[in-house]
Amino acid sequence: MAVSNKPIVWGPFAAGGTLTAFLTPVLILLTLLAALGHAPGLLAYERLHAFTGHWLVKLALAGIVFLSLWSAAHRLRITCTDLGLRADRAVAAIVYAVALAGTGASVLYLLRI
Amino acid sequence: MGERRVELEVLRYNPETDAEPRFQRYSVPCREEWVVLDALNHVKESLDPTLSYRWSCHMAVCGSCGMMINGEPKLACKAFLRDYVGVIRVEPLAHFPIERDLVTVIDDFMSKLARVRPYLMPKDAKAIEEGEYRQTPAELKRFKQYSMCINCMLCYAACPEYALIPKYIGPAAIALAHRWNQDSRDGGREARQQEIAATEGAWECSFVGACSEVCPEHVDPAGAIQQVKIKSTVDWYTQHLMPWLNK
Amino acid sequence: MSRKPYVRAVTSEWIVRHPRYLRYMVREFSCLFIGGWTLLMVWGLKQLSEGPAAWAVFLEVLRTPEIIVFHVLALGFAAYHSITWFNLTPKALPLQRGEAFVPDAVISGAHFAAWAALSLAVLYLAGAF
Repeated sequence: MAVSNKPIVWGPFAAGGTLTAFLTPVLILLTLLAALGHAPGLLAYERLHAFTGHWLVKLALAGIVFLSLWSAAHRLRITCTDLGLRADRAVAAIVYAVALAGTGASVLYLLRI
Repeated sequence: MGERRVELEVLRYNPETDAEPRFQRYSVPCREEWVVLDALNHVKESLDPTLSYRWSCHMAVCGSCGMMINGEPKLACKAFLRDYVGVIRVEPLAHFPIERDLVTVIDDFMSKLARVRPYLMPKDAKAIEEGEYRQTPAELKRFKQYSMCINCMLCYAACPEYALIPKYIGPAAIALAHRWNQDSRDGGREARQQEIAATEGAWECSFVGACSEVCPEHVDPAGAIQQVKIKSTVDWYTQHLMPWLNK
Repeated sequence: MSRKPYVRAVTSEWIVRHPRYLRYMVREFSCLFIGGWTLLMVWGLKQLSEGPAAWAVFLEVLRTPEIIVFHVLALGFAAYHSITWFNLTPKALPLQRGEAFVPDAVISGAHFAAWAALSLAVLYLAGAF
């Protein structure tokens, strides 16, 4: 038995779980308001475009996307085991790949703004 | 306190004659204040001497009489008949092989317990002549909760990850390792990390929390396991990102 | 006497064996909604980067009934994730002060208070009210 390298995936999971616990519900509420036709002022194109133009905001958003997707991916990996799926390596590869792809895409789009 | 007739549906398994387990119904005259263990003892004494099960202290300190009562891991000596309605289903503790009737094979737990070295490995060994190790009440409180484990294995029966991943070291073993890691006299954390911070250690836990819910001694193994995960994660990142801090 | 231990099969039945396991699975399933909503927002970033017309398309898609329902569900699941996470925090991060431990309710309470304050601040700064 040797000390595992699991912290590589667990660290971002714990950080992401904490971040999404604090932030995600209110962010969902913002887009829900927009979906109901009462979009908050910040979600108007000009304001949001200006807001996300700042490099600090881009960095923060990329980080939020990464941690949110990673913690969801890690949890989904565990859920698959819980449901009786015996293919952890494959499941892990897929879920983390999606998280990284989503992060990469968001970085790409943020850089274009 | 009067009398009450209780219907028990008990899992039977005789390895010498049975291909698989079956249920047997017993109608047991009980006293209202009895626990399930009392009912089982009455069965064995007066109705069916072939029924096999483990028990000892009858006061929830030895950890011998763990079994599934209506699908919940419980100590039979702590499961009061007055809390149950109708037929009471008694089965061997879940997630362990059945040896005979309600007796399970507990070798897996025993070997995992030994692996985590649940004993003092002194930080600064003292000869007996040098006197006792001193410890403040605060230092005692730091580990006391985890020392209350009676090795009853109810937590293993409650843990779905132990069922799904047989190699998982499990709640009690990790909680007991944590008990020693938290002890101010102890210096064995690095050795124990080889077991509890391995893949089959704390990392297989997904914080279901069922273990802590069924624990009769309120050890909170789930809490202990998360603390192990966090400490191990902090260790890992400091070791890999700040190697100059390593001794 | 010969031994022949019987190994009971493991099925997915454990999930419904007790409410605590169902609640656990609900908590775990929150990841589908949190992850799904985040991916939807990544698409939103794409639309934002492509100009006002593309952004208008994003807002229009948000206003469809399916996406509204998804948002309501996502909000519920995300809140459940938050509630369970903050209630479990004191178990993972106990604080010992002298002999006593800081009560669990104080640690989770502080997290809930911070969550409420942060949420109100974000709503205000985003111009929701």
